[in-house]
Amino acid sequence: MPDMKLKLKIWRQKNAKTKGSFVSYDLDNVSPDMSFLEMLDALNKRLVEAGKEPVAFDHDCREGICGSCGMYINGYPHGPVPGLTTCHLAMRYFNDGDSITIEPWRAKAFPVIKDLIVDRSAFDRIQVAGGFISVTAGAAAEANAILVSKVKSDEAFDSAICIGCGACVASCKNASAMLFVSAKISQFALLPQGKVEAKARVRAMIREMDKQGFGNCSNTGACEAQCPKQIKLTNIARLNREYYKAY
Amino acid sequence: MNKILFSAVSKKFVMALAGLFLLLFLPVHLGINLMLLKDDPQPFNSAAHFMATFPLVKVVEILLFLTILIHVVYGITLQIQNWLSRPVRYEVSNRSETSAFSKFMIWTGGSVLIFLIIHFFNFYFIKLGLVEGDPENFYSIAWQLFTFPGYVILYWVCFILLGFHLFHALQSAFQTLGLKNDFWTPVIRGLALIYAIVLPLGFAVIPLVIWLFK
Repeated sequence: MPDMKLKLKIWRQKNAKTKGSFVSYDLDNVSPDMSFLEMLDALNKRLVEAGKEPVAFDHDCREGICGSCGMYINGYPHGPVPGLTTCHLAMRYFNDGDSITIEPWRAKAFPVIKDLIVDRSAFDRIQVAGGFISVTAGAAAEANAILVSKVKSDEAFDSAICIGCGACVASCKNASAMLFVSAKISQFALLPQGKVEAKARVRAMIREMDKQGFGNCSNTGACEAQCPKQIKLTNIARLNREYYKAY
Repeated sequence: MNKILFSAVSKKFVMALAGLFLLLFLPVHLGINLMLLKDDPQPFNSAAHFMATFPLVKVVEILLFLTILIHVVYGITLQIQNWLSRPVRYEVSNRSETSAFSKFMIWTGGSVLIFLIIHFFNFYFIKLGLVEGDPENFYSIAWQLFTFPGYVILYWVCFILLGFHLFHALQSAFQTLGLKNDFWTPVIRGLALIYAIVLPLGFAVIPLVIWLFK
């Protein structure tokens, strides 16, 4: 596959207080083997060489596990390929001459800090409210002291793989954080260690979620469709059950 | 206490319960409406009289109005919160694969509400004496309304939109109540599809039959 020429339309915003706008860039020599972030690196290299401000975007591991990268690409959080983070999105999924519009996550709870970077600390505050189990710190406990069935263990793992990237919020028409919160609730609710504080946890996390200004879930399923870790809607149903049991 | 009653989860719970209660009322109304297809006005008028006077039905009627009010107020409140939760819209509309009907619940629900208000003016307010008409002869009032093409078109449009609303509503209500798994979700989806087609079709077919054959 030959190198591509792309027309990029990127949201540029100096800081949280200034008003942003879209800026268009023509980028050639884009290798189909590049990742989306590498394509942006190439753009930034050219911008820096031309003495211009590079495009700011979040990234860290570039292995699809840290949840840092995240941008809204042509109407899709993390781009048009299901089950991928932006860093894993290869440029071979695009065609020569494509126009690509890149926007930051849009939600009241995720204010833009700069260009494509948003403040996702609302997720941290939800986690701090109850997304943990209280254990005595020290040497690791014997793994088989509390027996857990393989089925439950796998289910809990499927929830625990949520990387907190915020694509669920970005894709939801209501900017709801229910998929994220439900995954964090589920990973504990499914395991015996998590049941001890289950009621207090779900109450505190929902209270904090509401406080952060996220919208309400209307079961549209966009979050599930766009989640790079393919967290299921069944987690939201479990969250609801946990909440009702808590009162 | 406020945090329990008005949390994101609780509001949806109230919406789901109110919606499911309203779903139970529709087949009863359809059963009575089908009597409009008879040439004799007596069965329909008797059923309407029974619904207007039987004490137990009066109690259910109050509960029904209260449920409609809760469903509407909570629905509008949730929607306003949802709009406010994304103050800056995307340049490119979201292309995520989602249930199409779920995106327009406020609009399909709003259309049904407008129809309900018109319906009240045509029938319920006559019963209350607020609008002129014979409360003992709803049969002829209904037949008369069905002679207006504009009314029939509005009737059909509203019932098609009601079908769209019901299809997502039924599935969404069970998900909100916590029932979603590999076995029940396809069953509920199938039942929702049947309900969302059969009920509105049942209502919509009445003016059509009256037009074509009566």
